[in-house]
Amino acid sequence: MSEVTTLEKPDLKIDQDEGNFSYPEDYAFDAGTGLTEKTIDYICDVKEDPDWVREFRKKALRIFREKPLPTHWASKDLENIHFDDFRYYLSKGAKPKRTWDEVPDDVKRTFERLGIPEKERAFLAGVEAQFDSEAAYSNIKKAVAEQGVIFVGSREGLKEHPEIFRKWFGKVIPTADNKFSALNSAVFSGGSFIYVPKGVKVKHPLQAYFRINAENFGQFERTLIIVDEGAELTYMEGCTAPKFDSVTLHSAVVELVAMKGAKLQYITVQNWSPNVFNLVTKRGLAHEESEIKWIDCNIGSRLTMKYPGVILKGRKARGEVLSIALANNGQHQDTGAKMIHAADETTSNIISKSISIGSGRATYRGLVHIPRHLKGCKNNTECDALLINTESRTDTYPAIVTRGEGNSVQHEASVSKVSAEQIFYMQQRGLSEGQAMSLSVNGFVNELVRQFPMEYSVELKRLIDLEMEGSVG
Amino acid sequence: MKNSLEIKGLKASINGTEILHGLNLTIPKGEVHAIMGKNGSGKSTLAKVMAGHPDYEVTGGDVLLDGKTILGLDPDVRAREGLFLAFQYPSEIPGVTIANFMRAALNARRPEGQEVDAVEYYNELYKKMDLLKIDRSFTSRAVNDGFSGGEKKKNEILQMAMLEPKYAVLDETDSGLDIDALKIVSHGVNSLRGPKMGILVITHYQRLLDYIVPDVVHVMVDGRIVKSGSKELALEMEKKGYDWVENLATA
Repeated sequence: MSEVTTLEKPDLKIDQDEGNFSYPEDYAFDAGTGLTEKTIDYICDVKEDPDWVREFRKKALRIFREKPLPTHWASKDLENIHFDDFRYYLSKGAKPKRTWDEVPDDVKRTFERLGIPEKERAFLAGVEAQFDSEAAYSNIKKAVAEQGVIFVGSREGLKEHPEIFRKWFGKVIPTADNKFSALNSAVFSGGSFIYVPKGVKVKHPLQAYFRINAENFGQFERTLIIVDEGAELTYMEGCTAPKFDSVTLHSAVVELVAMKGAKLQYITVQNWSPNVFNLVTKRGLAHEESEIKWIDCNIGSRLTMKYPGVILKGRKARGEVLSIALANNGQHQDTGAKMIHAADETTSNIISKSISIGSGRATYRGLVHIPRHLKGCKNNTECDALLINTESRTDTYPAIVTRGEGNSVQHEASVSKVSAEQIFYMQQRGLSEGQAMSLSVNGFVNELVRQFPMEYSVELKRLIDLEMEGSVG
Repeated sequence: MKNSLEIKGLKASINGTEILHGLNLTIPKGEVHAIMGKNGSGKSTLAKVMAGHPDYEVTGGDVLLDGKTILGLDPDVRAREGLFLAFQYPSEIPGVTIANFMRAALNARRPEGQEVDAVEYYNELYKKMDLLKIDRSFTSRAVNDGFSGGEKKKNEILQMAMLEPKYAVLDETDSGLDIDALKIVSHGVNSLRGPKMGILVITHYQRLLDYIVPDVVHVMVDGRIVKSGSKELALEMEKKGYDWVENLATA
């Protein structure tokens, strides 16, 4: 049977479980497994990278090889990543599409399966959706383009807008920041490049949906967003991945730049399948009186290590991380936030909520740094953990370094449990055990979720419901 | 028996210790029964066993709701069958408003995809709150979170009013209430009394029964009902003390 006829069967390989679906692999380009200088050359040739990018990648490969795994402080589970078993480049072989009609059917079906409402699908005119390592679909909403906003894949960004791209690329997160930022720098492919010109306020959030669709395929998006003086942008990145038997690696790098007085909000709902290593570096650079806000929800993956940060470089800059982590059986959510105060009167706010279920483990790592010479800086950190049963585990490692006078930090942490009595009480009102747990968890995150955009709070609630239903025996 | 909540020879234990030693009790729909008993007599155990608390093991007897056994059913199934328990110590559910909690409870009683209409729901809710003389702002608070004893009990009665159970068990609803709260809660229960509901009031003190006047009073000693009678029995109990019935139990 040919590929085409199998594709026409609508129920082919599609599992009833949400997000648990896949399509036949049909990749025009494949770099093979393993990572050598030849792999890099292959990627550069296929992508027609300029020379400076080829050099950048090769230098990154050397750094990646030199750097040890951070197992002295992080999970030993990292040792289970076999870097030689991955394919480091895979492309749909298609140029980014411009119209909805040109989008391949299996891609459209994925959107359907992700439960994106009809209305929102129509809104896909403004969506940059990334499937595998290249943008399979990209159509900038007319109004956005008219405002002078650049919203393209990172490949197009570095080729067509080098004057902006090169200025900031790798500047917020240097290649050598950590082993995984080096890995990403060596093999990056896909991701978004966005530039919002001075004073432009982008009304609708720009969105990207990510999905992995090949076994043993690591996905290495590279996103760079620059919001110029006085401009405003909200960017949403959501992802679900099909379930596969063997381990999958995802290691993205996201760099944000907010120029003077700019406002930038970056929202993620991460729902990778439970075999994915999700090792992501995300950081923003906030200039004078600008504001960078990370909203970060981690529901899926086997191990997530992600600590979105903001470097508060200009006076009165403001940074914020609001995060929710849900660690179900077999999962480890190792997340947190970094706030590097580097100017007077800078303020930062961290609110972290984690939920551990069964053998799930949630870890919070925070870093707040306020050096001696600064004045009038403020940080507020709150981290709350909820435990669903006695097996589960939660750890908090806050590191707050404050020197100098006139700077203030506030730190609150709490651990609570969903007790058997609480579940019994709710069951006595007619809710099933799963519904009861789901309600408790939603209650726990409620206050935080209220600060999210409407559509994301609905999606998040749906994901929590699915997780909790699945966690009851 | 149709139209009654029947407890037949019920034996139950916790951690291997038997608390209920073959208890018999029948509450017909439309009646209010009261159980009086000292601390440790097994009153609260009875309430929890009926509701299906996982800590207790039923070792004998049966509990029948309109003729059908409810033993072995999950607590939520029993609730949806029409059994309501007003808790002595209601749990707190941070972040979940009373309005959302009760809506979820009502939706759990309906087929999937046929959720209660929001407008209808709030109309009904406000009607019941007016009946129970509860302030409108109450339902936007998180369930029992930081509530006073009186507020918690008021919340229990409001839920009872909204869920319209066939049988309601009120476990020491008067404990920790001052006289004003007691009056409000009693007023609530009295306004819910009617031919469609059977109510079992569990209490330590006769005082509550001045406000919720029962049709039948039962006295519980050491996991059994030892004496039943009209509302006057409560007054007699108050006067003669529990020693009087304890002697009956051993006699």
